[in-house]
Amino acid sequence: MIGALVAREVRRGFSGPAWLPVAFFLLVATLVPFAVGPDGGLLGRIAGGILWIAALTAALLPIERLIEPDRADGVLDQLAIRGVADESVAAAKIAGHWLSFGPLLLASAVVGALLLRLPPEQLPRLLAVLAIGSLGLAALAVTVAALTAGLPRAGALAGLLLLPLAIPLLIFGAAASGDRASGALLLEAAVALLLVAGSPFVAGGAIRASRT
Amino acid sequence: MTALLRFEHVFCRRGGRLLFDDLSFAIGPGEALQVVGPNGSGKSSLIRVAAGLLRTDSGRVHAAGLALADDNLALDRELPLAKALAFWGGGDLPALGLAELADVPVRLLSAGQRKRAALARVAASRAPLWLLDEPANALDTGSVGLLATLIEAHRAAGGAVLAASHSPLAGDWRTLELGR
Repeated sequence: MIGALVAREVRRGFSGPAWLPVAFFLLVATLVPFAVGPDGGLLGRIAGGILWIAALTAALLPIERLIEPDRADGVLDQLAIRGVADESVAAAKIAGHWLSFGPLLLASAVVGALLLRLPPEQLPRLLAVLAIGSLGLAALAVTVAALTAGLPRAGALAGLLLLPLAIPLLIFGAAASGDRASGALLLEAAVALLLVAGSPFVAGGAIRASRT
Repeated sequence: MTALLRFEHVFCRRGGRLLFDDLSFAIGPGEALQVVGPNGSGKSSLIRVAAGLLRTDSGRVHAAGLALADDNLALDRELPLAKALAFWGGGDLPALGLAELADVPVRLLSAGQRKRAALARVAASRAPLWLLDEPANALDTGSVGLLATLIEAHRAAGGAVLAASHSPLAGDWRTLELGR
């Protein structure tokens, strides 16, 4: 059942407008040179940070379709009746969401890095850090989606909840993207691990509490 | 005889209002119980408590393996009906006259056809206890007949049914009245 659930999440992620967060990501990356000017040196210095901000905002877009449609349509109830724990559902949703969001984000980060003139030797490291950080972002997105499912104006509320919670990912992610010597990469991995490990329990509890 | 569903002194409060007050009953194999009562008397809540989806304030609920058909279809709208049902282990399409709709996307089905799809999933579940919330809503007379046949066959095979409905259902049912 869990495998089928992950496969279903991936199928739904790609059958819906999966390119929307990616397009949004690239749009943010494109806007920055208009705002700060086309100076290649400056853009190259701030490219890592910009791509992280873009990834954070792109992570907000799919939140409303992660949990709420399944809650409203009774899918979560039917899973519970079949003895699937709400925590397992949340974990499957995190895995499925990352599979339909992470790889596309990494691919578009390559394009974004070119647009922003990121020094080429920094690109592999940026992608590695984004891969780790996007796992944490996916876990956070599912948790926030579960916490706000069924609430009025859930979209705006989700943004207000997710962005502050993502600050550790942003700090260590942006630092690790540029700086080879610091331990930021390890800290980023630690934060992502904590989110991936803890989120299923928070999201599962939120799913249970949302049953009426 | 072991009951497939047993409520023992169940109290349930929703939104500050007491819905069930010391409710006790049991349904054994081959039995069918219809919950009746006016709108808002807690019929659907009773079904959700029996399914383990709502917590009681006190009392105990024992239930065997169960299948639920309520107003929430829980089928992916963009998929053909047979594929959408396959996610849940399939549905008994012929038993509810849905065989020719197997390739039709769920989003194109009418209200009655959706209800029948939910019932087809229950029919294929092999669960001993069926929980049906307003099973006859939106069904035409032919489908109501199919539903009655299904329920009879399920009871003959030792299954039990708990249904909430404001209109009488065909067959031999015990009734439980809520909201007196």
